[in-house]
Amino acid sequence: MSLLEIKNLHASVDGHEILKGINLTINPGEVHSIMGPNGSGKSTLAQVLARRQAYHVTAGSINFLGKDLLEMKPEEAACEGVFLAFQYPVEVPGIGNTYFMRSALNAIRKHQGLDEMDAMDFLPMFREKLKLLDMDEKLMNRSVNEGFSGGEKKRNEILQMAVLQPRLAILDETDSGLDIDALRIVANGVNALRSTERGMLVVTHYQRLLNYIVPDFVHVLVDGRIVRSGGPELALELEEKGYSWTEGARQPEPASA
Amino acid sequence: MRTSVSTAIANVESYLEAFTRLPRTAEPDWLKQLREDAFARFCQTGLPTTHDEDWRFTNVSAIAKTEFELPVDPPQLSAADLSAWKFPASAIELIFVDGQFAAELSTIGSLPAGVQVSSLKEQNTKHSNAAKEQLGRYLNVERDAFAALNTAFISDGAFVHVSRGVVVEVPIRLLFVSTQAAAPRMVHPRNLLVFDQESQATVIEEYVSLGGGTVLSNSATELVAGANATVSHYMIEREHVDAFNISTLRIQQERSANVASHSLLLGGGLVRNNVHPVLAGEGGECLINGLFVGEGRQHLDNYMHVEHASPHCSSRQFYNGILDGHAHGVFHGRIVVHKDAQKTDAKQTNRNLLLSDDAQIDTKPQLEIYADDVKCTHGATIGQIDENALFYLRSRGIDEISARRLLLMAFASECLERMAAGPARDYSERLIHEHLLKIADHVTTASASVQNRSWEEVG
Repeated sequence: MSLLEIKNLHASVDGHEILKGINLTINPGEVHSIMGPNGSGKSTLAQVLARRQAYHVTAGSINFLGKDLLEMKPEEAACEGVFLAFQYPVEVPGIGNTYFMRSALNAIRKHQGLDEMDAMDFLPMFREKLKLLDMDEKLMNRSVNEGFSGGEKKRNEILQMAVLQPRLAILDETDSGLDIDALRIVANGVNALRSTERGMLVVTHYQRLLNYIVPDFVHVLVDGRIVRSGGPELALELEEKGYSWTEGARQPEPASA
Repeated sequence: MRTSVSTAIANVESYLEAFTRLPRTAEPDWLKQLREDAFARFCQTGLPTTHDEDWRFTNVSAIAKTEFELPVDPPQLSAADLSAWKFPASAIELIFVDGQFAAELSTIGSLPAGVQVSSLKEQNTKHSNAAKEQLGRYLNVERDAFAALNTAFISDGAFVHVSRGVVVEVPIRLLFVSTQAAAPRMVHPRNLLVFDQESQATVIEEYVSLGGGTVLSNSATELVAGANATVSHYMIEREHVDAFNISTLRIQQERSANVASHSLLLGGGLVRNNVHPVLAGEGGECLINGLFVGEGRQHLDNYMHVEHASPHCSSRQFYNGILDGHAHGVFHGRIVVHKDAQKTDAKQTNRNLLLSDDAQIDTKPQLEIYADDVKCTHGATIGQIDENALFYLRSRGIDEISARRLLLMAFASECLERMAAGPARDYSERLIHEHLLKIADHVTTASASVQNRSWEEVG
């Protein structure tokens, strides 16, 4: 069974249609990358998958592990295994990072019928993940993302992903604004989470990230439609020729069917 | 105009009847004089109206229209009746039922040397010098009709005196219980809390109701902090939503005294919370911290009046409001810097969360500065639950109600963090947490038409 199957997805925000018929299938173990110019709908697709209510789906379907994702609330999608690493992680003053992480993990564990994890069991596991992302434990005593640098926020997203162990990880421009060292750390964290069980959707504006997280498939999104699909070499071609080259391209059949 | 004047007179008359009927056995002459003077003043002014600048946002006509009676015989309560209000840690505890001290319910225990905790009535009958010298010395009955009314009806309350250098380890908790009232009833608790030089203590003043009915709690507390004394005061309002609660905390701070006033308004129908510290000695520090949480038709008014009367003092006001339903909150932050109070450092912040379209907040800074070398800042924000933060939490698997609860608790925790660690803070945290659970369960998203607003000024 495929992990994620998007068929003819149309979505709009404030009455403007942003996604105009997306078809995409991701199987377990695959890493797909979506590239595209500003305003093409990349982030909208990511937000729809995370079930943000402000994005209205007007047509199409999304099947996630045999269930209708469009029927799910954000928390239900998360409990089923969808994870979005935010392009702009939100600062949440007054809620400690560690507490937040444990609450989220326990919400998901509860959904899966597992026992909640107490602090004694949680902390050793959490420390391991902190090491993976080369993050200072002191940051975790602070409020969620509050006073974090841009790089720290992005690393915190991948840290959360490492703790929550989703089935589908969506990375929304996780590379934007990172210097090369931070990019390497983030990419290492992501690569450590690649597995035969897990699918990934890496949304990016720049090809650079894909040198570190090498995708199995690359899709080019222009004006709400996937206009090209191919292997990792497509990213390099895009880098060389720019997005204008894709304009007027015909929408292909769904990739990796 | 004619009707309002005649109502005011009729109203004063109802208090006159209660005043003349008040039993005055065993009352020292000075107290009788104090009460009579205060009542005379009250008769001159009557209750305030919304034409009065200090009462612009709070209409007390519901109080003015009601004929209140003084409680006759408070019912005998057992400890079991009060189990819901039990303090979860060890404390020195005075319990008042309908304004009268209930010795059998209270736990004074063996007090450390140099600490006096008793009922004010008992002190007054003993002709205590401390009470005589300090009672009524600080509270302004000229300006404030409710303070005058309280003074006119002084009967009972708490008397606390901590001698020089003594540290009281456990909190002193004053619990005021109002019982079911068949006819409208008023109580005027009066507390005198005196902390000598270098002493240290925590006082919790808490108002609760056992049963319904129209009740007016009009309390006044005079808190005197001697040089270098460190005092924390908690005002916790948890009465039922039909109760009227007017409370005044008048703080007198001597040189380098450090006082923290924490207010938690979680209950009450019409609540006015007056906090009036006077920084009378150099180097004093005052923290005025509060959280008010309203729903339904609750009206929660916080009137701060911070007087800087000496140089090198600092005051910090932080009030957070959470308002749901048709609740109406008020924050009036008045700072007066007297002529000689150079190097004053005064700060005021009021942050508000409106959870519904019909909730309302009036926030008003009022700075009067007569010194020329001071730093005064004030700021206020009005907003809603941050939808981005809500989505962020939900996207990690936390359900919507839990996420709202977490965000409300986070907002409230700013107030908790300003409280010194200890049983009073733990208790506050528990009360806030329980209260916000209820609120979070039924909040609906306010429409996006309300824009988040904020301002900050430096003067």
